[in-house]
Amino acid sequence: MTSALEAHGLTKRYGRRGDPALADCTLRVPAGRVCALVGPNGAGKSTLLALAAGLTRPTAGTVRVLGTDPVTARERVAYVAQDKPLYPQLTVAETLRLGAELNPGRWDAEAADRVVGTLDRAARVRALSGGQRTRVALALALGKRPELLLLDEPMADLDPLARHQLMGTLMADAAERGTGIVMSSHILSELEGVCDHLFLVTGGRVRLGGGIDDLLTAHTLLTGPVRDLAPHTVVEARVTGRQLTALVRPDGPVDTTTWHTTEPTLEDLLLAHLRSPDAPPLLTPSAAADADGAVAA
Amino acid sequence: MVEYRIDRRSGVATYLQIVQQTKQALRLGLLEPGDRLPTAREVVEATAINPNTVLKAYRELEREGLVEARRGLGTFVRRTLGSAPADSPLRGELADWAARARAAGLERDDLTALFTSVLDQLYEGDDS
Repeated sequence: MTSALEAHGLTKRYGRRGDPALADCTLRVPAGRVCALVGPNGAGKSTLLALAAGLTRPTAGTVRVLGTDPVTARERVAYVAQDKPLYPQLTVAETLRLGAELNPGRWDAEAADRVVGTLDRAARVRALSGGQRTRVALALALGKRPELLLLDEPMADLDPLARHQLMGTLMADAAERGTGIVMSSHILSELEGVCDHLFLVTGGRVRLGGGIDDLLTAHTLLTGPVRDLAPHTVVEARVTGRQLTALVRPDGPVDTTTWHTTEPTLEDLLLAHLRSPDAPPLLTPSAAADADGAVAA
Repeated sequence: MVEYRIDRRSGVATYLQIVQQTKQALRLGLLEPGDRLPTAREVVEATAINPNTVLKAYRELEREGLVEARRGLGTFVRRTLGSAPADSPLRGELADWAARARAAGLERDDLTALFTSVLDQLYEGDDS
């Protein structure tokens, strides 16, 4: 199966001092998925997206996009940076025309027009609000008819209605054309129900990755008496009085006569991992880039 | 044509909400055999959910024999559920009853509780 995005030992250091922004990151996003990149501010999400977009070079390791290097793939990839860079002196109509001129043979004026919606085409970009600018930036990205969309905090400055509409537009594109989407956010509610894959990044490292359903079934929430949790892998355990609450990755069946077990929600899963930086990382098989891939690449 | 409403806070899996709402529409006669379900594109554009969730729901409905996917054409209703279409006399009687109850000063929750208790009594010991 082809990958939308594949990284092997990917590392990015911005200065000579300090910790790398991204450290030895190995992951794989299968093609045609809607994938969330979540993590706190400064976790390395934007760095990973910029590396995939070919805007910056890795300090070490490799990144492959749509089966090739990021620069070769650029024509088939659309990237919207967090600050939505546009030319402030151009009007909306001129910006759309720019999109058409820069993407000969690919440009879909109708798709771009739909995303821009009711915005005044004669308005200059500098006069637009943050949310309106986001619409124009996403119109440029979708008008390109990309095979992979890389979106850095795409919805951050949109009101709830615009957010819902644009998310709907993105999903319709994914449904119709099988466009792969990788988008970062630190707002979980923005992504729940929208994404089928997820990577949790903190401190430049991938902590959790894979299909969301697979990640949820790989974990169990236990409540009950304080006992040894072996052989299960403990992500987080908290004791209140005589009661133990723990998020574990079960190794074999869980003793349900001792503990009450439930499947965690996505929020349970992410919060537990954020609170427990020492929990071992977990990548499901579809999200793990195998060593053979690195050799072949 | 049905229109799905997704409640992200309900705790019910999104694909199940689509399955349940489709069945509800079949029970009420809002969907009849031969009708086309909205395409995945139409559903996700309106609800902003993942396309695979819609496909999963449709597969489930297909597995239950309620709909069938016709390649390149869409997903179509094969059979209906229950026998209480939206315009049946039974519905009319229930509407009359509800109006009388309201006129007698009952509130919405009172009506729901009353209706549920009668249903529970009627179908006691009946798993379905």
